[in-house]
Amino acid sequence: MAGLEDLYREIILDHYRSPRNRGELTTPPAIRVEGFNPLCGDEIVLYLEVADDIVTDVKISGQGCSISQSSASMMSAAIKGKSVVEVRALIRSFKAMMSIHEATLGEEGVEEIGPIDPDSFGELAALQGVVKFPVRIKCATLSWNTLVQALEEAATA
Amino acid sequence: MASLEVQTLAVEAIKADFPLLSRVQAGRKIVFLDSAASAQRPQAVLDAMDDYYSTTHANVHRGVYAIAEEATRRYEEGRLAAGRLINAPNPSREIILTKNVTEAYNLVTYTWGRKNLQRGDVVVLTESEHHANIVPWLMLKAEREIEIRYLRVNDDFRLDLSNLDEVVRDAKFVSVTAASNVLGTITDLAPIVAAAHRAGALVMADGAQLVPHRPVDVQALDLDLFGYTGHKLMGPTGIGVLWARAEILEAMPPFLGGGEMINDVRLDSFTTNELPWKFEAGTPPIAESIGLGAAIKYLEAIGLDRIAAHEAALTDYTLNRLTETFPEIEIFGPPAGADRRGGVISFKLGDIHPHDVAQVLDEHAVCVRAGHHCAKPLMRRLGVNATTRASLYLYNDEHDVETLIEALVDVKRMFQ
Repeated sequence: MAGLEDLYREIILDHYRSPRNRGELTTPPAIRVEGFNPLCGDEIVLYLEVADDIVTDVKISGQGCSISQSSASMMSAAIKGKSVVEVRALIRSFKAMMSIHEATLGEEGVEEIGPIDPDSFGELAALQGVVKFPVRIKCATLSWNTLVQALEEAATA
Repeated sequence: MASLEVQTLAVEAIKADFPLLSRVQAGRKIVFLDSAASAQRPQAVLDAMDDYYSTTHANVHRGVYAIAEEATRRYEEGRLAAGRLINAPNPSREIILTKNVTEAYNLVTYTWGRKNLQRGDVVVLTESEHHANIVPWLMLKAEREIEIRYLRVNDDFRLDLSNLDEVVRDAKFVSVTAASNVLGTITDLAPIVAAAHRAGALVMADGAQLVPHRPVDVQALDLDLFGYTGHKLMGPTGIGVLWARAEILEAMPPFLGGGEMINDVRLDSFTTNELPWKFEAGTPPIAESIGLGAAIKYLEAIGLDRIAAHEAALTDYTLNRLTETFPEIEIFGPPAGADRRGGVISFKLGDIHPHDVAQVLDEHAVCVRAGHHCAKPLMRRLGVNATTRASLYLYNDEHDVETLIEALVDVKRMFQ
């Protein structure tokens, strides 16, 4: 059985106690997207500002457990200032780390995203232990799924 | 420190009846405090189901051979026990075996609702309902534009009955929970039933959280329809019970179509079977009915009065220990010593999220529920996204509660 120390790493508790980029942004120009975890009732509100394909600002509000809150906090720190292309790549890698192998249907058939290098993640690698607690994976991915939605809205805005 | 003076049940002996409760998780014995979600099964229930499958399995109401007759007899005995438990007047006709209470509600809204409710007709629910008694009505509302009114929850966690007559005025159907799966409150059904009947409405109560814990008499309560589920009273999953007065069931169109529920079928028409089989299409949950019957016998042998007394004492003990150990704890339900209060204890420990509480509790092999408990409208009323819920049953004792307290101290150490 996995131990709690695999889940509640110190860096996760730090982001939980002192969340980064907490707050709201004016809409527009920012996009506002809500995400819900139907299992536990957690909700997250993500504000995303994209200009010239760069994530210029991001804020997060809502309520959730330490895993969902710290994941959102780390995500906000990781994507701020990055290009949309870089952010999309990070989302794919993060989901792969969460064992969500989203197969993409290419011309040759199903193509899986290969294993990723946790070193490229910085603080986000601390969330790797969540995989050992399958019920909590949805907590960790809530903000990321909300981000995907926000990027889609940004692309059509 | 509070003390448990009333020892109404021999809990050690009862625990020994439940194989799962002797399971050890990472060196610790399981402390099961999630019976409001699903209770554990005594060996007697497992044996009854195994015996059926090993000696008597055949489809019911079909074969003329001996084991098919025996399977039918045992299946129908489960129905009679399900009726006996709630003092249903005519169980052989009025007890419908469903998959769970959720299916019972969907059966009622789909058949009675679609036959009797038109645009603007009023149905009354309460703010403290489980989604099972809200969503099927909302589906009907989307189709029929019926009006749904709600009895609200007061700050004392009880239903606000001050404007009862006004809320139920012109209502055709009133459907309320008999005991909240979040607050632990037991509904005072008498005034609601009386007001609903004065208004000419039928009344249904959801007994999922009451029947396992208190004696229930649907005739004394003057109810028209009633639902409860097997797995919360130590029976198997996959079996629920709908009781309704025969004249109501007779007037309802069938629900699922198929075998068993018919009297005759032609290429262009069919006629329905008589009650209760009219509402039981396809091969029914035979082993589950037999398991339900065994669970009811187990409940009856111990006695619901004694179970109720044990739970009341243990609930007071738990509430007192929680509030004296954790001054910051917020309990969403009536306090210790309150009347009409069951052993469901929802709480919030400061700002610590219920998921984190439950995760650390699991490290202590303490099983509780964290989340919205399928009652999101009630969560909004309480101003929270989620709560931690410990729920007590006949196999819990003060040692379980002390393990919970120790584990919660550990939660605080971790997150504060």
